[in-house]
Order: sequence, then structure tokens, then C-alpha cells
Amino acid sequence: MPSEAQSVKAISFGVGFATGLYGISFGALSVAAGLDFWQTMALSLLMFSGGSQFAFVGVFATGAGVVPAVLSAWLLGVRNGFYAIRLAPVMSLSGILKPVGAQLTIDESNAVSLSQEPDIAKQRQGFWLTGIAVFIFWNLLTAVGALLGSAIGNPADWGLDAAAGAAFLGLIWPRLKESKLLLLAVVSAFTATYLSSFVPAGIPVLLTAGVAVIFWIIELLGKSK
Amino acid sequence: MTLWAGVLLASALVFSWKLLGHLIPERFVQNPSIRSLAALLTVAMLAGLVGIQTFVSAEGITLDARAAALAVAAVLFYLRVPFIFVVIAAAAVASLLRMCL
Repeated sequence: MPSEAQSVKAISFGVGFATGLYGISFGALSVAAGLDFWQTMALSLLMFSGGSQFAFVGVFATGAGVVPAVLSAWLLGVRNGFYAIRLAPVMSLSGILKPVGAQLTIDESNAVSLSQEPDIAKQRQGFWLTGIAVFIFWNLLTAVGALLGSAIGNPADWGLDAAAGAAFLGLIWPRLKESKLLLLAVVSAFTATYLSSFVPAGIPVLLTAGVAVIFWIIELLGKSK
Repeated sequence: MTLWAGVLLASALVFSWKLLGHLIPERFVQNPSIRSLAALLTVAMLAGLVGIQTFVSAEGITLDARAAALAVAAVLFYLRVPFIFVVIAAAAVASLLRMCL
């Protein structure tokens, strides 16, 4: 979403499709890790959080067992709670829409919504369209990936692993015009990458929350002067 | 724990985070400094994911085709190329580099 001229619909569809493509590699990797077709689909339908899903099958694939897989998925899911905190006052969900909206609260729907600030209507549209588009493409293409299984070979041969990094970069790109957020992004990416050598998968991304808190405290101190 | 129980438990745990954030009282989250923190956390964690997904592999920190793909993606985003084309280009760059090297 480099251009503000692009409509929210086009952005949502693009994000949904791009993320869905990555679902092929999730489906294939999950079956390769030893989950069956329906266990793989249950993760995409019920967990519906790419980072947590990859963590679950990735840790399970190492032979670590079910409990570490559950814990890593759970820890990596924390950030969805932070997204929900940001989204709650924007979305003002009530009744059945609250759990539905909660389930669609993921990296992509929050990021597209965030990119439409400060327009509330566009933020809401971005959230729903992206959440629904990702849900549909992610589940359809997870099924395709799980069925193709070994037939697709190594997802990395298709560059699907690199597509994910590019997609996440695109989601924060509009925010990086602000020099403070650019610095935060660079420090966070470096921190997570560096810490990955020392702590288990899933934890480094959580620790970037500490970087954000440090920036936040500096911001608060600056305001109180 | 059976694999099925793990799949369902982990899904419920991830959902509980999502719901919790939506249930926290509105007056708390309307505080501008709390909203500012939530925005900072989003950028930090997504940037952390970019770092992990680009530079980390099973063998540790590596500089491979994914880094080249990310560099190409950054240039294309700078040139205001639409999102979906950038993502496809990034996948293509990584795929081609791996084929050639």
C-alpha cells in the first residue's frame, strides 16, 4: 500500500491474496510436519494467526512434542491482543460482531486499518475487508497446500518464504515516513533477529514489545517537559 | 496431550488474546498515550517479524536470497508499486536467485 490513492478495497484484496499465497506454504509445511489434513485446516480456521500457526507446526516438526508447540503458538498470539486494544475504540464492536471481529484481529487486518488513519470509516472498512479476504484466501490456499503436500516440493523454491517478509514490510511502509517509527522499526527488526540466536522461536518478536515500550517512555518523558 | 487436543487448546488460547483486547474497558484504551503505545507495539512487532522472516533460518542468522528479495521489495515500495506486485516480485527474486546459485 505505497500509494494513498489505492482504494481500501484494492489494498484489502491484495493483502488477502498475498497472505493467502503464503497459506499454500503453511498447508504444505503442516502436512510435512506430521499433522493431517483436518488438523491443518483446524489451525487455519480456528487459530487463524499465521505466526502462531507456523510456530505450532514448526516446533512440532522439531520433535519437541505438543506442549511446546502449544506454548509457542500462545506466546506468539499475544500481539493480536495488542492489535485488538488498538482496534477496539476504532471498531466499537458489540454483540456477535465482537467475537467475529476478535477472530479476524490479525497482523494484516490491523495493519491495513492502521494505514487508513485517521479516517474512522476507512479504518473499519480496511479491517473488515482485509480480515474477511485473508480468512477466505488463507483457508482455501491452506487446503490447496495441504492437499498438494509434498507435490509442491520445498515452498522456499517458490520464494514463498521471502514473500512473507516483503508483505510485512509493505504493511508498515506508510508508517516509516515518520522518522521515529522508522528508527523503531529498524531497532526492532535488528533486536528480533539478533535475539533469535539465544531464545526459542516466537520469543524474539515478543521482546520487540520491550523496544516499543522504551520508545513510548521516551515519548511520554518528552511530552511532560 | 494428543495432537488434536494441542491444536484445539492452542487455537482457544490464541483466540483468548484476540477477545481480551476487545473486552478491555473503552475508557482505558481511549487514553491517547495507551493508543500511542498500541501503535508503537504494532510497528515494533511487525518489523520484528520482517527481521525474523528475512534473516533467520533453522541454521541461525543468515544472509540469503530472502535478504535480496526484501531489498528489491523496499525499492519497489519506495517507487509506489502496488502491494501485490511487490510481494510477487519478492517471491520471484528469491526463487530465481536460488535457482541460479
